Amino acid sequence: MSQQLLEVEGLTTGFRTRAGRVVQVVRNVSLSMGRGETLGLVGESGCGKTTFGMTLLGHLRPGGEVLAGSVRFEGVDLFSLAPNVLASMRGQRVAVIPQSASSALTPTMRVGEQIAEVLTLHLALSGTALQDRVLELLTRVHLPQVDELARRFPHELSGGQLQRVAIAMGLAGKPELLVLDEPTTGLDVTTQAHILDLLREIQESTGTAMLYISHDMGAIARVCDRLVVMYAGEIVEDGAIHDVFADPVHPYTRGLLGSVPRLSYAGLPRAMAGRPPAPGADAVGCAFVPRCAFAEDNCKTIDPKLEPTNRAGTIPHLAQCHHWQRVVASGSSNQAQDLQAEGDQSPDLVPLLELTEVDITYAKRGLAALVARWRGDPEPPTTVSGFTITIYRGETVALVGESGSGKSTIARTIAGLLPPREGRIDFGGQDLASVVESRPAEMHRIIQIIFQNPDASLNPRHTVKQILDAPLRLYFEMDGKERLDRSGSLLEEVRLTPRYLERHPSQMSGGEKQRVAVARAFAAEPDLVLCDEVTSALDVSVQAAVLELLAGLQADRGAAYLFISHDLAVVRAIADRVAVLYQGRICEVGPVADIYAPPYHPYTETLLAAVPEPVPGARAQLLAKDVQEAEPPAKGCCFQRRCPRRIGAICDDEAPPSQPAADGHVIRCHIPLAELRESQVDLISPAEIATHGLVADARLAP
Amino acid sequence: MRSLSAAPIRIAQSLRSFAYIWRSLRRSRQGTIGLIIVIIHMFIAVASPYIVPYAHHDIDGKNRLAAPSVEHPFGTDSFGRDLFTRVLLGGRAAIGVALLAAAIAVLWGGLLGILLAFIGGRVDEVVMRLIDALLAIPGLLVVLLVVVALGTGFSVLIFTLGYAYGVSTVRVARGAALAYVASDFITAARARGERKTNIVLRELIPNLLDVLLVEYVMRASWALTAISSLSYLGFGIAPPTPDWGRMVFENQVMLAISPWGTLFPVVALASLIIGINLAGDALSKAIGLDRSQEAPT
Repeated sequence: MSQQLLEVEGLTTGFRTRAGRVVQVVRNVSLSMGRGETLGLVGESGCGKTTFGMTLLGHLRPGGEVLAGSVRFEGVDLFSLAPNVLASMRGQRVAVIPQSASSALTPTMRVGEQIAEVLTLHLALSGTALQDRVLELLTRVHLPQVDELARRFPHELSGGQLQRVAIAMGLAGKPELLVLDEPTTGLDVTTQAHILDLLREIQESTGTAMLYISHDMGAIARVCDRLVVMYAGEIVEDGAIHDVFADPVHPYTRGLLGSVPRLSYAGLPRAMAGRPPAPGADAVGCAFVPRCAFAEDNCKTIDPKLEPTNRAGTIPHLAQCHHWQRVVASGSSNQAQDLQAEGDQSPDLVPLLELTEVDITYAKRGLAALVARWRGDPEPPTTVSGFTITIYRGETVALVGESGSGKSTIARTIAGLLPPREGRIDFGGQDLASVVESRPAEMHRIIQIIFQNPDASLNPRHTVKQILDAPLRLYFEMDGKERLDRSGSLLEEVRLTPRYLERHPSQMSGGEKQRVAVARAFAAEPDLVLCDEVTSALDVSVQAAVLELLAGLQADRGAAYLFISHDLAVVRAIADRVAVLYQGRICEVGPVADIYAPPYHPYTETLLAAVPEPVPGARAQLLAKDVQEAEPPAKGCCFQRRCPRRIGAICDDEAPPSQPAADGHVIRCHIPLAELRESQVDLISPAEIATHGLVADARLAP
Repeated sequence: MRSLSAAPIRIAQSLRSFAYIWRSLRRSRQGTIGLIIVIIHMFIAVASPYIVPYAHHDIDGKNRLAAPSVEHPFGTDSFGRDLFTRVLLGGRAAIGVALLAAAIAVLWGGLLGILLAFIGGRVDEVVMRLIDALLAIPGLLVVLLVVVALGTGFSVLIFTLGYAYGVSTVRVARGAALAYVASDFITAARARGERKTNIVLRELIPNLLDVLLVEYVMRASWALTAISSLSYLGFGIAPPTPDWGRMVFENQVMLAISPWGTLFPVVALASLIIGINLAGDALSKAIGLDRSQEAPT
């Protein structure tokens, strides 16, 4: 047997607390990787993925130590190397591509120079050879106009371009192993699709082995051949990606896969209860027991071992579970719960909120605007233009679009935090004041917001009791005792216990904090809740639970949601109607079933085709370029510059007509609907998703 | 005003999180040393009238410029007054003035800074330019001018120093508050329809108490230096009240013959200021502020 590229044996790392207790972060991990292998590493946050990934570079966080085991790269134990030998290996033999390229690149150095630095250090290049290699690398990652781009500073590049530069830097030393730490998290779906495509292409052409760390099953399915699932610092499942996705063996893997919302299933994903244990929690028995439906007494006392399951395949399928046979026998796990099917009594069509021809701009005002006009500066196009939508009582309307599409801006305007420049906002048939301070108190109660990041939206100095007390005190005539009781029951409604009343936000997990934020919104007994990317900052397992909670609360309380998200699969799971936004203009609006079926607006089509579904081998169709536009075009269709179906000058000059496609379904496009319908495929059918791979391969063939 | 009356309770509750700051302060050796020095000084300042062996104006005519002895542990000055008594009493006035001046500075400066950050817009713009203009005048110069004009009463000293240090506190407090005014929890409070006073008192100020605490400690240390300098120059604490700065001035001419009258007040003043600075640095580190970015005015 040829020597493996990387062999990790019984690796346990951790740190010592002040009290001298040893806390294990990575626990007894054994893993080997062959040359050119692409391995995905998944798990919830706090499961030791990044810590483990960094040990492959011989790196430990300050205070960390190797407690047992070894990491051997081509037979050499990394942790036995002298610091200078290790340093020369990093970047040249093993390189890392970080999650946030913008913080990993030096802001005061031109990007070309930063890549040149790596080349000088590891390959001792200089002069024109160095310059040529820099440009070659930038071309390799498909960046445009590399001559000019190499001279730019990081802040002059878009997020996607920065990530490409980071990849070019990672490739600079021609490493044999690339460690990718969440390289597409935080990028737009179309940008992500391009980056994933690039990674796959690099892997195929250079044969570089990759360890891809992510919580995003879809991204992993696109890039990797093999999947390793980590829980509480241990590997719980390891196998070929097709095998693991088709038939996960460990209950945790099943839970994770089940909680991923999918384009191809309607309804909510299945939430997984509980959360991973903190590092250093009791180490006897299986760490997953508290969350496991298959657990028996022996799970609590006997450590399960990572054992081969008896399946055929080129890559052995391993699992660390006493009862995996019983798990497999229990049948498939990938079905989403079909809450929507049972709850499809259509909401009574009482208009709640009506926005009519709303324009919003962040342009200069007052004196600055006068100066600009006097100087004859052209007026910038408005951020949101002609936005018209009606939200009915008890329904969920989703706004989807990439970052910068004006989704959150609209929510802020509805909340009265950013007055519109033009247009009407009516609530329950009455004109709504544009500034929150001049709205009646009752209006404040009726419209509530939940923000993306609970760390920012909950005051860190307040206890949960104080957080929930605020809306109760404002809106209701209640004495202290009543408010306390009510806070307790609100916590129970969001599946927390009254024990949480005395906690500060810093003492809770991300999911718990977001539940408190949901409880605060529902304390007001609102009619409309503005949900601004409420699950984007959460793990998939937690996201599923929060979605389930929101759906449940809506069923009980009958509140309407304006659900803002960039995630089309999440929107499919929760929304009744969807508006697709590009550059602050509605491209397409309609009932969820119509939006996700042809005819699509070309922008909707682009987004849907780019979504990474957790289906191994499937690859995105890259319909439009992943350019980020700073501002909308002055006239014509808002999507004219990126549209894959552009038909000509008419797109640039004339605003597209609103074409009614079905009841309540409107597409704003110059292309006749019949033509769109004919040329488009159903992008969310499982069969179509599976064949994306063929499309992409055909495109890449020489 | 149900909501307003609850505000002090909120602030008291958020003070509970200072237990954590206290612990990390104690964990640092420098902080602990500084704290011990400050506590000793505070004890002396409070208890000295009851423990000193003589009155500060008692004259021992036979023992002028005496070296330390059992009778006079720190020796005597040129009038034959007991230096031990005078050193023990000599910090009271200065410390009192410094603590009150710093309190006034942090109160008005902190509040104004926080309000400016919260209000923003043109008001902020205009007032901040005014503050910049005031900052351009050295604080000690202002104090000297006022003291020359109005005399050296305690209240004059307290209020002029309180003004001078408050001006720079405005900047610090505004900067710290700016980090919070755009945060989602303030936006959430606005959207929920909270009154502005409530937003400032309940949401904003609890997050700034730690910054203001450090600010208070540092301003007190600088005020102490300033008062001692003023006293040395004859504009600070007026005789007959014993004061360290004044004592240095009175006794420096005898430095060659009898250094005790200069040495002991200097040691007392220096140890207190070093103590406050050690404790203050550890405090700001515990809270996560970097005081090295800040320079005394």
